[in-house]
Amino acid sequence: MTASAHILQKGSVTRVMLLVLACLLPGVLAYVWQFGWGIVINLAWASILALALEALALRLRSYPLKPFLADGSAVVTAWLLALSLPPLAPWWLTLVGMLFAIGVAKHLYGGLGQNIFNPAMIGFAVLIISFPAQMTQWAAPLSLAAQPLTFGESLGFIFGGGLPPGLGLDAVVSATPLDTLRTGLLQQHTLHEIQAASHVFGSVGGVGGEWVAAAYLAGGLILWALRIVPWQVPAAFLAGIWLTAGFLHWADAGRYAAPWFQIATPSAMLGAFFIATDPVTGATTPRGRLIFGLGAGFLTVIIRAFGGYPDGVAFAILLMNLCVPLIDAYTQPPVFGAAKKK
Amino acid sequence: MMELHRFPGGIHPDEQKAQSAARPIHAAFVPKKLVVPLRQHIGQPAKPVVQVGEHVLKGQMIAEADGYVSVAIHAPSSGTVTDIGLAAVPHPSGLPDLCITIATDGKDEWMARTPVDWRNTDPAALRGHVRDMGIVGLGGAVFPSSIKLDPAGNPPIHTLVLNGGECEPWITCDDRLMRECAEDILEGARIMQHLLGASRVIAGIEDNKPEAIAAMRAAAQKLGLAVEVAAMPTIYPGGGGKQITKTLTGLDTPSGGRTTDVGVQVFNMGTSYALARAILHGEPLISRIVTVTGHVLRPQNYEVLIGTPMRELLLRAGERDGTTGIIMGGPMMGFDVPNPDVPVVKSTNCVLAKSAELFPPKPRELPCIRCTQCVPVCPAELQPQQLYWFARAKDLGKAQEYHLFDCIECGCCSYVCPSHIPLVDYYRFAKSEIWAREKEKRLADTARDRHEFRLFRQEREKKEKAERLAAKAQTKKAEAPVLSTPEQDAKQKLIQEALARAQAKKAAVSPKNVDNLSPVKQAEIAEIEARRAKIRAIAKQPVEPEQP
Ligand code: SF4
Ligand code: SF4
Repeated sequence: MTASAHILQKGSVTRVMLLVLACLLPGVLAYVWQFGWGIVINLAWASILALALEALALRLRSYPLKPFLADGSAVVTAWLLALSLPPLAPWWLTLVGMLFAIGVAKHLYGGLGQNIFNPAMIGFAVLIISFPAQMTQWAAPLSLAAQPLTFGESLGFIFGGGLPPGLGLDAVVSATPLDTLRTGLLQQHTLHEIQAASHVFGSVGGVGGEWVAAAYLAGGLILWALRIVPWQVPAAFLAGIWLTAGFLHWADAGRYAAPWFQIATPSAMLGAFFIATDPVTGATTPRGRLIFGLGAGFLTVIIRAFGGYPDGVAFAILLMNLCVPLIDAYTQPPVFGAAKKK
Repeated sequence: MMELHRFPGGIHPDEQKAQSAARPIHAAFVPKKLVVPLRQHIGQPAKPVVQVGEHVLKGQMIAEADGYVSVAIHAPSSGTVTDIGLAAVPHPSGLPDLCITIATDGKDEWMARTPVDWRNTDPAALRGHVRDMGIVGLGGAVFPSSIKLDPAGNPPIHTLVLNGGECEPWITCDDRLMRECAEDILEGARIMQHLLGASRVIAGIEDNKPEAIAAMRAAAQKLGLAVEVAAMPTIYPGGGGKQITKTLTGLDTPSGGRTTDVGVQVFNMGTSYALARAILHGEPLISRIVTVTGHVLRPQNYEVLIGTPMRELLLRAGERDGTTGIIMGGPMMGFDVPNPDVPVVKSTNCVLAKSAELFPPKPRELPCIRCTQCVPVCPAELQPQQLYWFARAKDLGKAQEYHLFDCIECGCCSYVCPSHIPLVDYYRFAKSEIWAREKEKRLADTARDRHEFRLFRQEREKKEKAERLAAKAQTKKAEAPVLSTPEQDAKQKLIQEALARAQAKKAAVSPKNVDNLSPVKQAEIAEIEARRAKIRAIAKQPVEPEQP
């Protein structure tokens, strides 16, 4: 017997997750267009791992498989992680990342809905701390690559580590623009010198990456239009990046990249619309979401500028995840009739 | 056109009203057996005043109001009382309750009916009469109308709202009543206005009932009454007391308060009609309009004698194969009745037959993903997902802090939740848990006070004994009077101080939401306790690992 409504609106967790995946598709397509087949292989590999690990975790915790596998949340985690890794990341890198994402960040915290940290970002953080070398071997944009890898060659590289004869590693991978910046700055070059000396910089962001970022933005806007994500988080996140980067750039244009460049990175757009908006690990109140987004944007730029890692989105979001209970508790909106209470 | 306001939250479920709204109200019929519960209202159950074997006339009082928060119960038709005892009743708890069973004689013979000249009757006496006629709110809350018609509160009531929202899907009983009996409804409103001293009367009707709106406007004009008839947008739960108050007057009822706190009193259309029948025609509340719809051949509204088994209604409306159960009330706030033999009671606005197609089994409940889809639909502007966490974690203090008691159990949050969580069950569970603990604490407090008083008394007795001895010794010495008055005063003061201390302590530790409960709330608590066990069982089930 139940006192709750006997009728339900159409809709389910599965539907929400499928829509998220659908809105990621423009980004994936742009990725393939600009960086080649590697990302598709990694997405598929990560999805298989996600389902297998999820099934294993559910079995170990004696939960029913069907409803929880069908909710689609594991696949979303897989895609977010795969899209954050280098597109030609070796198979074991994805495996380790997914193990931490699904096994530790999700199920050790109690499974769907119970985790404090974004699982994909935990996977990413573990990898970038443990395997910094592999994590910075980004696939070179096709327009800059000496010879693009075919699908089969990509597959061989990801699962066997082998390249076609006559191709060196340098021909297929390169550092990301953010990484290039970082290394250059460490060698005491100015921003201007670095950008002049490298090919990886495009018109706003990085070559190739700026297109991916634009596609994420498009998908993210659809997600917002469908009311799957609230506007506060992406808006505040991007504003946080823009304001912080803008201030630093204004203070020292020779050291700190321009705000538009910081926003036009794929990680920033992916983070703004798809990762920081994860409902489970994000703030739930309107004001709280603004704070959450602003904080994550601010931390992203700070970590990029002063931290030990080339990108800061993952750590910024994880740090803000930690603050969510506090943010929620202090931003409760008034209830109906509260203002008039005597 | 008067200015309307938008209350927060709300949803638009499928209306499903056309099926039953098309046919006129079917006249009352007399079943062989009537089972009339003694508790059909909020407050004390009525006290039987008839005996088994006694012959009763239609409209004869068979149970009297027991106290202020109570109303009388009447025989819905003439016949013989065959039983006074426990029987199945429609209640969310599924527990049986005390009922008077009448075997009808088919004559449907009225007792003498006497109209009341309400304009020349003392208001208090008139309210007493309303109580003795068994009038309660027919919108679902079944609160004794005699109490709601008492304007003794502060601030004075300036606006009387006639609630024709009928926002729940499927239900059309008020719609049909307004179309067919608008004048009676307005006559009732006239009496209400008189008792409340309200300067303004507004009838709020959702705009999916254009015929009802037209009928009410025409009746107001014909009777020359200054009733504003407003067409409200159709939004569930627009018929909630606080919601309709907001829509029609723009006034926000304070959190934790009632609409009377902003000078508005809200009555359901059916209540107004019942009041008019009672005062102007001397007919007590022995029947009501019930929508019989859902999985039946001929969905229709019926005038139904209280106590009629729901099965009789299904038979008349055409029972169909594949009926999987009956919901009493609408699909949003109604509940499953334990079996089709339970009687129609004063709160039965709808008998909704279920089938697997109309009401498919709900998908499995998943954990909350904090998507906050439940937040914008909540008319109380609560954070349903937070309340859910607190209820689950049994963090009752936090639940109260997050205004659990402002939840009107409308079910909007459950309706939209993509994880299909029966949220309202959790809130009810938490509320009943809080009330139960409160009661335990009250008992413990009383026990402690008693204990403290005993210690104090023992001490006092010791002292008195010593004094007596001393006095005796003194008397022996000087034959002086035993106890002087100042001493007695001092003792009296000591007692008083101890009591005051105990009182203050008690007041200090009482949590806020429950400390000044009205008798009504306390009655509710008692009622809700019965449901506790059941709801607790429900609350335990979800999302536990499945046992293979
Ligand atoms: S709608 Fe359901 S899943 Fe979403 S936040 Fe509310 S309770 Fe949680
Ligand atoms: S049932 Fe309570 S919490 Fe849920 S929407 Fe209605 S008032 Fe809000």
